[in-house]
Amino acid sequence: MTDMSAIAPGSEDELAEVVRSATGPLWIKGGGTRGVVSPGTPVTTRGLSGITLYEPGALTLVAAAGTPMAEIETALAAEGQRLPFEPMDHRRLMGTAGDPTLGGVMAGNISGPRRIQSGAARDFALGVRFVDGTGQVIKNGGRVMKNVTGYDLVKLMCGAHGTLGVLTEVALKVLPIPETTQTLLLHGLTPRAAVQAMAAAMGTPYEVSGAAFYDGTVMLRLEGFEASVRYRLKRLQAALARFGADSTLCAGVDQWQAVRDVTAFAGAAGDVWRVSCRPSEGPELAERAGARAVIFDWAGGLLWLLCDAGDDLRARLGPYDGHATRLRFDGGAVPRFQPQAPAIDRLSAGLRQRFDPRGILNAGLMGGHG
Amino acid sequence: MEMPAPDQSVIDRKARIVARLAEVLPKDAVIHEEHETRAYECDALTAYRCPPLAVVLPATTQEVAHIMRICNHEGVPVVPRGSGTSLAGGALPTADCVILGVARMTQVLETDLENRTIRVQAGRTNLSVTGAVEAQGFFYAPDPSSQLACAIAGNIAMNSGGAHCLKYGVTTNNLMGVTVVMANGEVVNLGGAHLDSGGLDLLGLICGSEGQLGIVTEATLRILAKPEGARPVLIGFDDNETAGHCVSDIIKAGVLPVAIEFMDRLCIETSENFAQAGYPMCEALLIVEVEGSDSEIDAQLALIMDIARRHNPVELRESRSEAESTKIWLGRKAAFGAIGQISDYMCLDGTIPVSSLPLVLRRIGEMSQDYGLRVGNVFHAGDGNMHPLILYDANKPGDLERCEAFGADILRLCVEVGGCLTGEHGVGIEKRDLMGVQYGPQDLERQMQIKDVFDPAWLLNAAKVFPLAASDARRMAQGRMQQGAGQ
Ligand SMILES: Cc1cc2nc3c(=O)[nH]c(=O)nc-3n(C[C@H](O)[C@H](O)[C@H](O)COP(=O)(O)OP(=O)(O)OC[C@H]3O[C@@H](n4cnc5c(N)ncnc54)[C@H](O)[C@@H]3O)c2cc1C
Repeated sequence: MTDMSAIAPGSEDELAEVVRSATGPLWIKGGGTRGVVSPGTPVTTRGLSGITLYEPGALTLVAAAGTPMAEIETALAAEGQRLPFEPMDHRRLMGTAGDPTLGGVMAGNISGPRRIQSGAARDFALGVRFVDGTGQVIKNGGRVMKNVTGYDLVKLMCGAHGTLGVLTEVALKVLPIPETTQTLLLHGLTPRAAVQAMAAAMGTPYEVSGAAFYDGTVMLRLEGFEASVRYRLKRLQAALARFGADSTLCAGVDQWQAVRDVTAFAGAAGDVWRVSCRPSEGPELAERAGARAVIFDWAGGLLWLLCDAGDDLRARLGPYDGHATRLRFDGGAVPRFQPQAPAIDRLSAGLRQRFDPRGILNAGLMGGHG
Repeated sequence: MEMPAPDQSVIDRKARIVARLAEVLPKDAVIHEEHETRAYECDALTAYRCPPLAVVLPATTQEVAHIMRICNHEGVPVVPRGSGTSLAGGALPTADCVILGVARMTQVLETDLENRTIRVQAGRTNLSVTGAVEAQGFFYAPDPSSQLACAIAGNIAMNSGGAHCLKYGVTTNNLMGVTVVMANGEVVNLGGAHLDSGGLDLLGLICGSEGQLGIVTEATLRILAKPEGARPVLIGFDDNETAGHCVSDIIKAGVLPVAIEFMDRLCIETSENFAQAGYPMCEALLIVEVEGSDSEIDAQLALIMDIARRHNPVELRESRSEAESTKIWLGRKAAFGAIGQISDYMCLDGTIPVSSLPLVLRRIGEMSQDYGLRVGNVFHAGDGNMHPLILYDANKPGDLERCEAFGADILRLCVEVGGCLTGEHGVGIEKRDLMGVQYGPQDLERQMQIKDVFDPAWLLNAAKVFPLAASDARRMAQGRMQQGAGQ
């Protein structure tokens, strides 16, 4: 609804002008599928759309930040390629509509199950253009695979949730879609045994590209050329025999989409939390959380927790190596983003102050000072 | 190469600064005699040298924090140093600086095979990180050719790559956490054994910041299970352009080689004379390596050779054994050394879109004629990271300058075709003054403002990365502050 009243710049220059002449806070919106709200005038990137360069032979794609993910994925699929970091589609979990955009995915550093093997969204970002809080257009990185020229603002902008600047263009590294996907399922395991089995799988040379656990079942994904997948499956099964679990095979990809999009929690009442941790500590943290339901992804290093509404999960978990984001909730005082150590807070605030001296960009996000 | 004039007020206070450092460090960890500091006067960009004021060799994060508090208080510039193998002059001292070397910080702090991470002190060499987990079947993936010597600290500062990063990524993709001592001595932990940051990605910012934002003292690194095996195929072509097309076709085909290396005729001949790897004499040579079990390797190499055959190679040599693999790699690994035997050389590091390879190689050839200097090309073709080696004679007046001008032209060309100045070696002093070719003033200003946040007094490695003219004002403000403090 707010989208209709949003300012919709049609070019990077127009966007820069909007930011420059803003007199109050701006709420930067991509597809609006994550249900994130920040105070101020909505500005949508939907007018900055389209793939500007795609070279399959160089594994590179450049697109405007407002380009719908669906458009990018379709273009890639036509050449047998894909985004390896498997970004989550939040719509079902969050109960939102709209089209996820490239800018939103990158600003949130959104990565799915394959993150443990191939890397996060930020690892596939080669270059960015953005409008900072003063209305200046800044570029960093480029469109080549290796680039250490100056500071890496590409990484900094990924996961900054639009607080340092509004992304206008992103260059990405893409990869071929493998010939075959197979999933090995291990049934009837406890969380502890499951995480150990996933660690054992990740410790083999068989290139497991997904390791998740839900409802008693471990899922291990193998991708590649058909004969190779067949071979690795056999070896993996042998390596995991000591866990004594019944195992089955599954050739589809739907179950990975379900893990990626956390569909098990869609429509269920309660808050949804996302915890990044040392994988082996996952089961213990899950117990401490006292959650209604848990999905383990990233071999245990990513916990999706369905908790009572308003519960302060961070207080329950206490200190650990990692962080927790409150992803879906109805109000309540518990902040979305993990509060940071004071020294890190100071550095972050310093950066925001330089990039956005008036504190107008997504001022309500990331412990914002708006 | 211009360097800012040293701050005389710091040099005048040398005795006091050394005495204060000696209070917080073991006796042998402070080096200040001229005959000893000389060992630190340069890194692997040996054309530029300058002995530092003093050198400190701390052993712990706490000692680094003590040092930084003193240097911050005294207004002394600090140049961090790992093993001094930078090819960009990243560790080049100034006469008024303290070199903070992490060579004594080599311990493994934690090995966590279950979670596939290792935490080390940052002075540990790249290869000995793998050494620490190899027996258990793991390795640390980024593998710069200098890996026997270079430190993780330097790798993080430069975001170093290696021959195998086509598959495994560069340092930043394998770095999970760091302990950093800030310019004011504060100790900050970023990241850890978990994935991705809960706040701004400061870890990603530190990686590649060339020692300008803080001193990295410890690092958590991702380790991986060693592949069952790896074998290369060697492919020779009678022109560069065809080799370039072949690279592109291999990448498109869905095989993901761990490495695709390229050598041109000059490098082939020179390394053949030096190492006798049995290379064919041709215009361009590719080494493509794949990993997996024996049968997986066979299948992938078969696919690659099918693609290669479509481009009429003059040589196609599949390795069938460890010994054959070693032989195929021998010449590539010897290439830099071999060129070094016949001439002084400067090694460039620009990256280009893979599709521009043929064009760029042709233009480099033409420029080589114009400048009257020979160039060898040996590089990571899979990701477009070029290493043109320009041959010159250091004893011939004017040759170095001509070589540098030629190098600058090549880097401009890289940017022109959509690439960048440096793919893995870093900017340092070498490419500092070319930054304006790739970035506008506002882009550089934003980057410098990041340094303002991390290092407000611009004490850390301040004469690097940014064009001197652009960073002058900031360093001079610092100079004035120091003079104020000194009076
Ligand atoms: C023969 C040869 C081959 C090479 N091959 C490759 C290659 O394949 N790939 C590649 O990427 N590079 C390569 N290099 C370049 C070089 O080895 C890398 O840049 C390496 O990472 C530098 O590590 P170092 O420990 O020697 O760092 P140094 O040279 O000591 O320093 C490099 C930079 O790191 C900073 N630094 C050092 N320690 C710290 C610290 N504790 N905290 C913060 N900043 C710090 C320094 O100030 C400097 O800016 C090669 C060099 C040589 C000589």
